[in-house]
Amino acid sequence: METADLKIISASVRKDILTMLELAGSGHPGGSLSSVELMVDLYFNHMKINPKNFNDPKRDYFILSKGHVCPVLYSVLAQMECISKDELCTLRKMGSRLQGHPAKDKNIPGIEISTGSLGYGLSIAVGVAKGMKTLKQDNRVYVLMGDGEQQEGSIWEAAMSASHFKLDNLCAVVDCNGLQIDGPVDKVLNINPITDKYLSFGWNVISVDGHNLEEVDAAYAKAKLQKDKPTVIIAKTVKGKGVSFMENKADWHGKAPSKEQLLQAFKEIDATL
Amino acid sequence: MVKVFGNKATRFGFGEALVELGDKDDKIFVLGADTVSSVAINGFQDKFPDRFANVGIAETNLLGMAAGLSIAGFIPFVSTYGVFASGRPWEQIRTTICYSKLNVKIGGSHSGLMVGPDGATHQALEEIAIMRCIPNMTVLVPCDAVETKKATIAAAYYKGPVYIRYGRENVPVVTEESTPFEIGKACVMKEGKDVCIIACGSMVYESLAAADILEQNGIKAKVLNIHTVKPIDEKAIIEAAKECGAIVTAEEHQKFGGLGSAVAEVVVKNSPVPMDFVAVNDTFGESGKPSDLITKYGLKDINIVTAVKNVLKRK
Repeated sequence: METADLKIISASVRKDILTMLELAGSGHPGGSLSSVELMVDLYFNHMKINPKNFNDPKRDYFILSKGHVCPVLYSVLAQMECISKDELCTLRKMGSRLQGHPAKDKNIPGIEISTGSLGYGLSIAVGVAKGMKTLKQDNRVYVLMGDGEQQEGSIWEAAMSASHFKLDNLCAVVDCNGLQIDGPVDKVLNINPITDKYLSFGWNVISVDGHNLEEVDAAYAKAKLQKDKPTVIIAKTVKGKGVSFMENKADWHGKAPSKEQLLQAFKEIDATL
Repeated sequence: MVKVFGNKATRFGFGEALVELGDKDDKIFVLGADTVSSVAINGFQDKFPDRFANVGIAETNLLGMAAGLSIAGFIPFVSTYGVFASGRPWEQIRTTICYSKLNVKIGGSHSGLMVGPDGATHQALEEIAIMRCIPNMTVLVPCDAVETKKATIAAAYYKGPVYIRYGRENVPVVTEESTPFEIGKACVMKEGKDVCIIACGSMVYESLAAADILEQNGIKAKVLNIHTVKPIDEKAIIEAAKECGAIVTAEEHQKFGGLGSAVAEVVVKNSPVPMDFVAVNDTFGESGKPSDLITKYGLKDINIVTAVKNVLKRK
């Protein structure tokens, strides 16, 4: 799909994220908005999915390690028509399939596993990738993490093991929006130089502007060519991207917009098209 | 005399089961964490190297990878020492594996004081408590190597997460190949009407020995082997309470939260009878010879006998 079309989809996804959160009254806009281009390009240009059967054994796998940004995943899955736009409005409500963090037991096509406790997704992805290698299948495994999440030690156990097992079918993405709940990542617990860390752990590292669809697209494509090493895409992003009053504000990590704020945000998003 | 059919460490039962499973089913995948020979999974590693991974000293990744492998369609078994298999990755077990009801089987070797000279850091005494409180988890504590092999094979095809607790030291074999085994179904090892001794793991043998001593004192003790602490065989426990009117539990585990607590939950709710608990008394272990430690920490047949006599006074 062309960049121009992906831009339109990205705008639609942003609006859906904000709509869902406003109706839910709680949730995580900042980190959802920073991951939009990363998710849209992945699903529309790279993930091998069978829309008739999301459990197709030939499918690519996606693990949302930063599970709190499930609104972006749910929105992208709605774009893929595996859940309805109406269902998006049930986010976080009791009885909804769309739980506050992705839940496997709700049987949503495209949700491989429950996530939400930061730091586990990379290990899970390593396990899936190892499984694919054992089966001699060429399915790819993708995992999206946050930058604050890199503070979890469990990430580094998984990172060591991904390169030890030469899992070149694994492509991780770190959404580096620079902020976590308690403030800037580099003030709470500095994770940098993150690129050097992954390089020293034996990974292939690609740095991109996480909102530049062409750069993101090229990175996913390049990852597929890498042999013998897993790839990590370090994406520089803006927390709350697309909504001026949310951008770069730690406050907008975990609170929902009001109706007025929603309308204001819509005006801004529409103006970009 | 307790009928004993040999002396063998339960970890070997686990290891043998894995090889048998691996032979029949190529969905079986085994993961270790640098303790591979010690926990007896090297047999599987040698025979099926393509379906084996050693993740090194990284237990959170051990469980995470197992979760991923289960999504990829395998039946993953992980094994390392009990403290590290259940404790360190506890949240991963809870949130990644149990919440998603993944088909991951966890072998917690080196359980109890009988780990011996390594001492308290390595003597797992809390796994029953911290595993059974998680929804969707099944907890098995087989009594000998023969039962451990059956439990492991049964676990492979029992839907969902399973924790199997077993040990390092040679212990008496008190069951036979022909002894039936079914997850969730307690085994009556000895009939009796005066008191019921309910035990799991290594304490089943001690309970049978205690029953012998009691018999010489004119007390007929029933011995119930609860190899499945969760889901616990409530029917068997209630029957025993009604039949015997007094219960003593025995486990190589802390007194808080383990088998004793699980049995008490059933008894108090359905058929309250006097109970006493033979267990580690809320303390850590220490270095020593396994047999000396069992004696020092009060986990022998004579301790069960004392508990029975106490409980009979309250009947």
